[in-house]
Amino acid sequence: MKKALLFIIIFTICPLTAATAGSNNNDYPAYPPKILSSELFPCSSCHAGMEPNILKRELTFHGEVKIIGHAEHERWCLDCHDARDRDKLRLINGSTVGFDRLFRLCGQCHGPTYRAWRAGVHGKRTGRWDGQKQYYLCSSCHDPHSPRFKALAPEPPPVRPGETIRN
Amino acid sequence: MKEKIKRIAEEFRYFIKSLLDVMFVGGRWFYVWMSCLTVLALTGFAGYVIQIQEGLVVTNMREQVSWGFYISNFTFFVGVAAAAVLLVIPAYLYHFRAIKKITALGELLAVTAVSMAIMFVFVDLGRPDRVWHMTPFPGTLNFPGSILAWDMIVLNAYLFLNLIIAAYLGNRRYYGKEPKRRFIIPLILLSIPLAISVHTVTAFVYNGMAARPFWNASILAPRFLASAFCSGPALMIIIFQVLRKQMDFRIEDSAIFKLAEIIAYAMAINLFLMLAEIYKEYYSNTLHLSPMKYLYEGLHGHNELVPWIWTAIIFNVTGFILFLVPGTRKNFITLNIGCVLIITGIWIEKGMGLIIPGFIPDTLGEIYEYMPSVTEVMISAGILAAGAMIYTLLVRAVIALDTGRVRHPGTPLTFYDEDRL
Amino acid sequence: MKKRFSRRDFIKITAVGAGAAVIPGCSNTITWEEFFQTNFKEMSPQEIKHLLAGLEEKYTKEYGVKFTVKATPAREGVVFGYALDLSRCIGCRRCVYACVKENNPSRDVQIQWIRVLRMKKGEFNLEESEHYYDPDKVPEDGYFYVPVQCQQCENPPCVKACPVKATWKDPDGITVIDYNWCIGCRFCMAACPYRARKFNWTKPLIPKDEMNTDTHYLGNRPRMKGVVEKCTFCVQRSRDGRYPACVEACPVGARKFGNLLDKESEIRYILENFRTFRLKEDLNTQPKFFYFFSLGWG
Repeated sequence: MKKALLFIIIFTICPLTAATAGSNNNDYPAYPPKILSSELFPCSSCHAGMEPNILKRELTFHGEVKIIGHAEHERWCLDCHDARDRDKLRLINGSTVGFDRLFRLCGQCHGPTYRAWRAGVHGKRTGRWDGQKQYYLCSSCHDPHSPRFKALAPEPPPVRPGETIRN
Repeated sequence: MKEKIKRIAEEFRYFIKSLLDVMFVGGRWFYVWMSCLTVLALTGFAGYVIQIQEGLVVTNMREQVSWGFYISNFTFFVGVAAAAVLLVIPAYLYHFRAIKKITALGELLAVTAVSMAIMFVFVDLGRPDRVWHMTPFPGTLNFPGSILAWDMIVLNAYLFLNLIIAAYLGNRRYYGKEPKRRFIIPLILLSIPLAISVHTVTAFVYNGMAARPFWNASILAPRFLASAFCSGPALMIIIFQVLRKQMDFRIEDSAIFKLAEIIAYAMAINLFLMLAEIYKEYYSNTLHLSPMKYLYEGLHGHNELVPWIWTAIIFNVTGFILFLVPGTRKNFITLNIGCVLIITGIWIEKGMGLIIPGFIPDTLGEIYEYMPSVTEVMISAGILAAGAMIYTLLVRAVIALDTGRVRHPGTPLTFYDEDRL
Repeated sequence: MKKRFSRRDFIKITAVGAGAAVIPGCSNTITWEEFFQTNFKEMSPQEIKHLLAGLEEKYTKEYGVKFTVKATPAREGVVFGYALDLSRCIGCRRCVYACVKENNPSRDVQIQWIRVLRMKKGEFNLEESEHYYDPDKVPEDGYFYVPVQCQQCENPPCVKACPVKATWKDPDGITVIDYNWCIGCRFCMAACPYRARKFNWTKPLIPKDEMNTDTHYLGNRPRMKGVVEKCTFCVQRSRDGRYPACVEACPVGARKFGNLLDKESEIRYILENFRTFRLKEDLNTQPKFFYFFSLGWG
């Protein structure tokens, strides 16, 4: 029984990973996501010895993390963070990916956006139009817990004709 | 052959020298007039020196309205220049003798007006030191692509053609010889289409720009011509009366009334074309109406040009009526009032009234209300003064020749009794 | 070759006299050599090399920092295209100031090559747009934003207008200006339907420490009073393979740039997979600057 289940899982995952790997999504030269520069990272430095509590509850420690506008009623930390390896993210199929590959996690729900991002339409690229580019990852611009883009203060408007900066 | 050219050159040099002797010598009023003009011209020149040093920032032109008072005046004076043809057509095509006599004055007015137009463009340039880039060699004139290149060519051609005609006629007269018709008639006939093309090409400069709906109307060139045939002759009527009073120069009333009659026809066409334009924009009521709306009634609360254009319309219509009715046309008081009204009206209409709305609202919808700066007015007044000086001097030469006051010692005075050409 | 030398000789002989009468007012800013300079398009490679070296020396002396002035030509097989995602743009004007930092326009009288228009949702009327919006935060409710810069037309009215061939469209589709040849008549500004062309009403004012010293002859090198300038898709960057400064500055990634002839490029992907439009298409200027919407909302 167990063997059969494993077989089915492998059987379904393989083509999926093969398909995504085939579109060379594994060698995006990218800016590291913001999370990797956090002083709390790697998460395992605290979580390694803890027994995972898989119950959905009000967090007492990571109180600063608020899920806003990202299906907060349906979502729970361990939907995305892997319970066993906190330095990894968890896909729907149970496999894990590193934080620097989080687009595979986001892409599970945001299919068209993921497709546009891979084509270079969604999100931002810097570097060379004719060669090596840096890709901004999802979390370079969006806070995964509250992904809506935050309003910015605009730069100053142009000076009106006839006015000068000097005066 | 070489001998002959040498002789002609020598004769011409002597002719010019004799003219220069009379051009700068005159009565008290001549010196007062010329002194005033000199002061004005020098003030303008001082303004221009400041503009050269500081850049065009001393004008009120900006990114939104990138052409202003200079180009407005340029347009008006090209019109005046083109109108000189009006004297040539009846004189040579229909042998209307009264006008034939004053043709030279008209041609010199054209020379003066074209010179002024060129000066107005010159002061508008950001890099006057590079103006030689506009020559086909050693510069790189963008011909036939750029209409400005066409304009430069026709303006210069028109200037030189009129200069040649006037100088030739004067030179022949000085030596008491009949002009060679085979030589002069083709030149005069050539000046007619050239005059029309001068103004047409200038209209096309604006007309060809799809970016500016206010100018991008095919009625523009015809309207330019119609209005030029109002302002040019009106200016001439006034000048001729001054000459008649101040100098010993006979101009028949019939020539003046003929001009006034032509103005009436031209103004009728001009007003009709204006109505056609207004109808098209207002009835179709697209966004391209905006510049016209700005001009006639103000747009989004901006209305600096409105009083000006209504003044122009009232002046033009009044002038038209004065010139249409024979009674007022042939009365010198009403005739002169009409002339002043029409010159002012067309100056507004074909100047600021044409150029500024082309830029308001600008191509990104912004409104910047433009009025010329003090420096712009100063420089423009200087150019006007310079033009008046040039014309005064030229006219003195023509009249001195015409009356026989200046003639080659070998020429009998009887030659001047009748009009030969 | 022969023509070039005779042209130069001719200029030297005739212009010394004529020039002397014209120049006094400007002589403090230009040298005789600059005065006699020919149109960039007619220069030989050696002449260009000499010219660039002279400019580097001049700018280095004038601004006290080491300048490089290059004249990288258009690359074969490349036509640049630009796409701007209107559903993403939040009107923050980061692009405007990145452009200013990169391209050395005058700070006062102010010149900015990009202008961001605020439009009311539900219409696309330039006349109703606001250029001077200045709220605390953008985007604002009920508005969207349309940045406008040079649209790099395939059929540029400005090039046709120029009476002296001081501006032309290079083979990679970028319309450039030879600032040393422009006579400042501003006919191109009147002809441009996008207000892309800007005039130096006075000597450009740029703080020395804000000067970008990596420059291109036809792009961001320091300009002089009395000439016209415009966006060149950062010719000094794009011809070296880099993205224009505005693309890299956009915080929402609304700006896309690439080679229209490359089937794999982002720009081609956008043209093939999204609905795009161009400003004032009815004027047949055929811009290579496309606007598109990657989202149906936002």
